[in-house]
Amino acid sequence: MCRIFMEQKLKTKRILWISGLSALLLLSLVLSVMIGSVHLPFTLSLKILLSHLPFVDLTPTWSLAQDAIVWDLRLPRVFLAIVIGAMLSSTGVAFQGMLRNPLADPYILGVSVGAAFGAATSMLFFRQLTLLGYFTTPLFAFIGALLSLWFVMALASHHGQRDRETLILAGVVVQSLIGAAISFLIAISGQQMQQIVFWMMGSLANRTWLDVGMLTPYMLVGFLYLSLQQRDLNLISLGESAATHLGMDVEKKKIRVLIAGSLLTAAAVSVVGIIGFVGLIVPHLMRLIVGPDHRILLPLSTLAGAIFLLWADTVARSIIPSREIPIGVITAFIGAPFFAYLLKKGLRRRQV
Amino acid sequence: MNLFEVWQVQQHFGGIPVLDNITFQVRVGETFGIIGPNGSGKSTLIRTMSGLLKSSQGEILLYGKPIGSYRKRDLARLIAVLEQEGIPPLSFTIEEVVAMGRYPWLKPLSDLSHLDEQIVEDVLKNLGLWKLRSKGVNTLSGGQRQMVSLARAMAQQPKVLILDEPTTFLDIGHQVLVMEHVREWHQSQDITVIMVLHDLNLTSQYCDRLLLLAQGHVQSYGEIHDVLKPETISSVYKTELIMIEHPVQHVPQFLLTSK
Repeated sequence: MCRIFMEQKLKTKRILWISGLSALLLLSLVLSVMIGSVHLPFTLSLKILLSHLPFVDLTPTWSLAQDAIVWDLRLPRVFLAIVIGAMLSSTGVAFQGMLRNPLADPYILGVSVGAAFGAATSMLFFRQLTLLGYFTTPLFAFIGALLSLWFVMALASHHGQRDRETLILAGVVVQSLIGAAISFLIAISGQQMQQIVFWMMGSLANRTWLDVGMLTPYMLVGFLYLSLQQRDLNLISLGESAATHLGMDVEKKKIRVLIAGSLLTAAAVSVVGIIGFVGLIVPHLMRLIVGPDHRILLPLSTLAGAIFLLWADTVARSIIPSREIPIGVITAFIGAPFFAYLLKKGLRRRQV
Repeated sequence: MNLFEVWQVQQHFGGIPVLDNITFQVRVGETFGIIGPNGSGKSTLIRTMSGLLKSSQGEILLYGKPIGSYRKRDLARLIAVLEQEGIPPLSFTIEEVVAMGRYPWLKPLSDLSHLDEQIVEDVLKNLGLWKLRSKGVNTLSGGQRQMVSLARAMAQQPKVLILDEPTTFLDIGHQVLVMEHVREWHQSQDITVIMVLHDLNLTSQYCDRLLLLAQGHVQSYGEIHDVLKPETISSVYKTELIMIEHPVQHVPQFLLTSK
């Protein structure tokens, strides 16, 4: 008698893919640490990295300066790229799944710009809220993200119905409005203007372990919550009423998942500014490769997002010697044509 | 014994009445049909009975308890719904979609058990979908997709199956196929079936009792022969009809006549 062993098949597939991508991520990490104005050989980079792990005892064959380049300069930035890429990509998966819209991405829906507005407000006016300390900016970014998402959803829905292009248009409206508000803030900000402008464009330059540490709690909460929603994300793809008939509380779930995604986006934006399209490109490619099941799509997109942003940042900091290109520029160069392609594909499908 | 008791239910959308003073009962184990012209409120009634919409007034009891008092998950263990549109063209495979029918029975965060998988397998075999199980739902025809929808409902193991115009987009072959499988399931598992149908000829062949809606009111309610009267049907649907008896099943059948 033949059995279907669906769960077994899924588990095997998941383990294979997750180990494969994890290996690729580790390799990318070492390679990225090698690359920079001072080039370090592969084995040396690897040794320096390993020497910082607990219980690893290696006699140093490298200088203190080399150690500092790897551990204090490059690695925090590499880690940051990994964490941010994972956050933005998993948010993309969650938004696309919950809204059943393949174009939904925190950047395109105006969540990122809302978060940026919140963060800029706190940078300009609320530096002194010492009670919240490091968490002031993410908190304001979170509020900004939620408000703009709420506004986009309200703008795009008509008697509870939402079609995908309307949602995108609503995102554009909110982006222009909040974009103008941010420009206004920057214009009146005087001295801090340059700093905010550069942060807005999206950059991972000059970040430390402190920034990585600050992101960690948001990342953990967001990832943990989303990872518990994989089956529900599958169910909702049948449609909202079908999911309700299968016992899911759709409205409640939707609000919670969107809040979790906004939290991840806000945390990312408050540290590195606006980096667009990661949540659009990576989940889409992974969906093509591994299929629509969120139990595999979510973890893989998280890993692939990390790899993608790590390489995007490596390119951003090394393609022009002694010059730094904002990483948001790199992702937009890749993402905008990709978005155009998806839009065109969607229109073509509608004609048939 | 009554499964559903619908008492004086009203439904308004933005002040416009869609259902007005609807009262009827559905008995345990019967096949109950809801018919009526377009816009008579059939789908709204179904959506209210399945817990998707709250009624503006009146009460709907399921096993004697108000429908609103059930938790969503408990409701999903009792009622499966087959929607008119069926399943959207997803790239999920047939077996994955059918397995989603087990959702209301899964403990939070747990995977399908062997028993769950056995149920999915049995349903796939029963409906002739076993060989196709690894195909994406988006590669199927409308008829096959409705069969997958039915399979998912079966995997849900409900006590009640509600169908909202399940045959609207299907060719006659698939219409009968879907209806026959529903009947077989109804008879073997003793489930109650409530269906909204457009096709009066299918209705008379598959239903035990009927509710005829017109403009949000109950026009007629009872046994097949009491509801399907040519003068009633003609006036409600505003069209000329000839009623004959089915030569084999001896139920009323209608012929349309051109003017």
